[in-house]
Amino acid sequence: MTTAALPPLTRKDFQTDQEVRWCPGCGDYAILAAVQSVFPELGVPRENFVVISGIGCASRFPYYMNTFGFHTIHGRAPAVATGVKIAHPELEVWLVTGDGDALAIGGNHTIHMLRRNVGIKVLLFNNRIYGLTKGQYSPTSEFQKITKSTPYGSPDRPFNPVSLAIGAEATFVARSVDIFQAHLKDTLRAAAAHKGSAFVEILQNCNIFNDGAWTGITEKDARSEHVIQIEHGKPLIFGKARDKGIRRKPDGDIEVVPLGNGISESDLIVHDAHHPRPSYAFLLSHMEGRPGFPTPIGVLRAWDDLPRYEDVVNDQVAAIIQQKGSGNLNKLLRGGDVWEVK
Amino acid sequence: MDIPSGKTKREVIDQAVIRFAGDSGDGMQITGSQFTNTVAIYGNDIATFPDFPAEIRAPAGTVPGVSGFQLNFSSGEVYTPGDSVDVLVAMNPAALKVNVADLRANGILIVNSDSFEETDLRKAHVTSNPLEDNSLDKFRVFPVGLQKLTRAALQHLGLDAKSMDRCKNFFALGMCYWLYNRSMEPTVRWIDDKFSKKPLLSEANKLALKAGYSYCEATEAFQISYEIPPAQLTPGTYRNISGNQALAIGFVTAAQKAGLKLFLGSYPITPASDILHELSKYKNFGVLTFQAEDEIAAITSSIGAAYSGALAITTTSGPGMALKTEAIGLAAMTELPIVICDIQRGGPSTGLPTKTEQADLLQAMFGRNSEAPVPVLAPSTPGDCFWVALEASRIALKYMVPVIILSDGYLANGAEPWRIPTSEEIPPISVKFETNPEGFFPYKRDPQTLARPWAIPGTPGLEHRIGGIEKQETTGNINYEPLNHEKMVRIRAAKVDAIRQDIPNATPTGDPDGDLLLVSWGSTFGSVAQAVKEQREKGRKIAHLHLRHLNPLPGNLGDVLKRYKKVLVPELNMGQLLWMLRAKYLVDAVGLNKIQGRPFKQSELEQKIEEMLGV
Repeated sequence: MTTAALPPLTRKDFQTDQEVRWCPGCGDYAILAAVQSVFPELGVPRENFVVISGIGCASRFPYYMNTFGFHTIHGRAPAVATGVKIAHPELEVWLVTGDGDALAIGGNHTIHMLRRNVGIKVLLFNNRIYGLTKGQYSPTSEFQKITKSTPYGSPDRPFNPVSLAIGAEATFVARSVDIFQAHLKDTLRAAAAHKGSAFVEILQNCNIFNDGAWTGITEKDARSEHVIQIEHGKPLIFGKARDKGIRRKPDGDIEVVPLGNGISESDLIVHDAHHPRPSYAFLLSHMEGRPGFPTPIGVLRAWDDLPRYEDVVNDQVAAIIQQKGSGNLNKLLRGGDVWEVK
Repeated sequence: MDIPSGKTKREVIDQAVIRFAGDSGDGMQITGSQFTNTVAIYGNDIATFPDFPAEIRAPAGTVPGVSGFQLNFSSGEVYTPGDSVDVLVAMNPAALKVNVADLRANGILIVNSDSFEETDLRKAHVTSNPLEDNSLDKFRVFPVGLQKLTRAALQHLGLDAKSMDRCKNFFALGMCYWLYNRSMEPTVRWIDDKFSKKPLLSEANKLALKAGYSYCEATEAFQISYEIPPAQLTPGTYRNISGNQALAIGFVTAAQKAGLKLFLGSYPITPASDILHELSKYKNFGVLTFQAEDEIAAITSSIGAAYSGALAITTTSGPGMALKTEAIGLAAMTELPIVICDIQRGGPSTGLPTKTEQADLLQAMFGRNSEAPVPVLAPSTPGDCFWVALEASRIALKYMVPVIILSDGYLANGAEPWRIPTSEEIPPISVKFETNPEGFFPYKRDPQTLARPWAIPGTPGLEHRIGGIEKQETTGNINYEPLNHEKMVRIRAAKVDAIRQDIPNATPTGDPDGDLLLVSWGSTFGSVAQAVKEQREKGRKIAHLHLRHLNPLPGNLGDVLKRYKKVLVPELNMGQLLWMLRAKYLVDAVGLNKIQGRPFKQSELEQKIEEMLGV
């Protein structure tokens, strides 16, 4: 397919001639730019990229990527992508979805794709609202949120997408933010390097129907106090003056502690993204809902020892062929007891 | 003709119908299929009708728990499992109660007399013991203590009572082998194979089988035995095959002939699951089976596999079909080749999971939002399922279109002798992936078939986007223009219509014109064919047209319908093909409709034919 002689791919190679039709100011533009700049770095021939999506604003994404692309139906992209991967494990499949597509109508497919560890990179654009249908609440909208379909406040408790993914025992779970371009690209690179299912939640603004969806996190002043950037092998520290950290409590829970006064970095949790069990990552994923706790961004979990689903399936086929020899059609047709009529 | 054989008589006859009936835990399906296999190998033509409850184990001895297996075997051609039964084996009062009405007068009734105690009768809600109240006088009744006799035969093996009792169906089977002078050898081989890791159970089942046979020999219970010579079938090598098996190996064959991987995305559902089970065994043919999380994932994973270049299929039944609706629309819109097998069952909703019906035809035709025509095919017999799998795959791949196969519970579980084609007899299926980027457009069409190119991921220079949104003709880019939409809707319909040039004309069997034409589709083939045959032997000017292609319909169908004074459309639904024919051809056809979860009886059809002919 590719040879060393081919010129390296550039961002431009991944842009299409289609007019991008997201609203001006939409967070999706930033994500598209990040993906288009990371894809050329991955060493994958362009024809091997397949971008698959469901329905929603985010799901228009494939039209703007000059790769193979499939804009499927609402919620079903994980199943379409699973079919592609089983039939052709060598393809580099990226799935673009939204909070409604992945967590409401497609919730079932999302968790099953993750538990199977199909080698698909999942980008979930979370703007906590239904944009394409013009402003109803989504599975990630806040409790009591006022929207078009909840004029008196939403009665639903929201899903935390990374908690859900970790609960489904996804082997790679990360979170980034549309406007944190450098962080987003690093996160995409980390996802690309993962062999199994890689789930990335991207916090994204909808400036039309849910403007300021993540203000508490994205505003410059708030950022360092409300966000903790986690990195494997580094202690959990945050705050403008890097003066706060996360520590284990004797009961196994975690707490936020100020550094100083006898508490040093060595008392803090050192982030271990590679732990085979999901429970620690789940604990981390869950902290933003708690008073005084920051929202974690970065790679929460990256445990890549589990074989990919498509490899398990195809290896089984190969093993059976090895054991029984390639199927003989005449033998198959004559299976069971046969008799001659003269 | 009577042939003396020892002290008992042996009579040569041409045909018999036997039904095994018992509790769902009594092994009636195994007993029936063993008898079927044995007579098929011997060379009789056969048709079977397994009829079992949806409950895995309804309370023992009750009416809802009754499971039956009927077999018609003959030295002539067999089209149906038979209207009435010559021999009924009833393992308990509930089985007797449910089935005795179908036993012909003077028919043989073998009952397990050990299960007619007070409590057994109560479980079946039977007030007086039929073995004692003369209600069975018109039959030849043979009460046999199957339980006691089986235990006596097995007692030296040291098995517990429950395990011994489980063998009593084979005692009954042994009796039936004696009654029809059949070799026990194929069943002995099956037992050896089935229980190869459980030698004690293997021994027990074989002993029970032989004990049943010897019991008849020693006691001369029946005083007569029967001989049904082999049938004169088309020469060739035969096997016994069920509809679901035939579909499974049909798809493996299609994939091999097309040089493609076979992908099955499926979610378990009665009565389609056996196709998944069967295909899961054929990994050495490179078959990829995916048991999805639901019906929707089952079909959408198939769409993904087809998109990336596999022969992709999905298998389901009515309720699952309903869930797949939106995805079939996606396959129609993206023009990807998948085959959807709907093994119909009684409905609506959960309906009658284990019973047969033909009521998904209009769903297959029209059950999608907007204009989304797809080809629809229906097999006529269990063996025909093989050929329909090939034909559906051929159409899907040639025209780049989703294709629906409508089988049903009766074909799925029913069996018949099937003449095995050699691989060389089956034509190849030609498939060409697009590889040339020069002038490539994802919706540039073949002028003949109107198919778009199959441009699979991994092909350099062919990167493109498809999806469920309306697209511009040729370029495939998103397009909402009014005239483009109308053009695309018409092209998708014209593509399905074009298949008409590629399918055989309708040719009725019987009179080329006349008083009455019967038009049928799917699994009613056998009973309609048999009824028409018998009526024609009585001199009626009638014919039978069986439709395999339901969309598009054969090009000459309108002309054929006009050649007969009357048209009758028998269906196991409220008149769905009837509705299509009346709408399309303005023909005043009438229906014969049965919605009981059971196939037509030949007599029901003949009665209607005579009524319509006024004879």
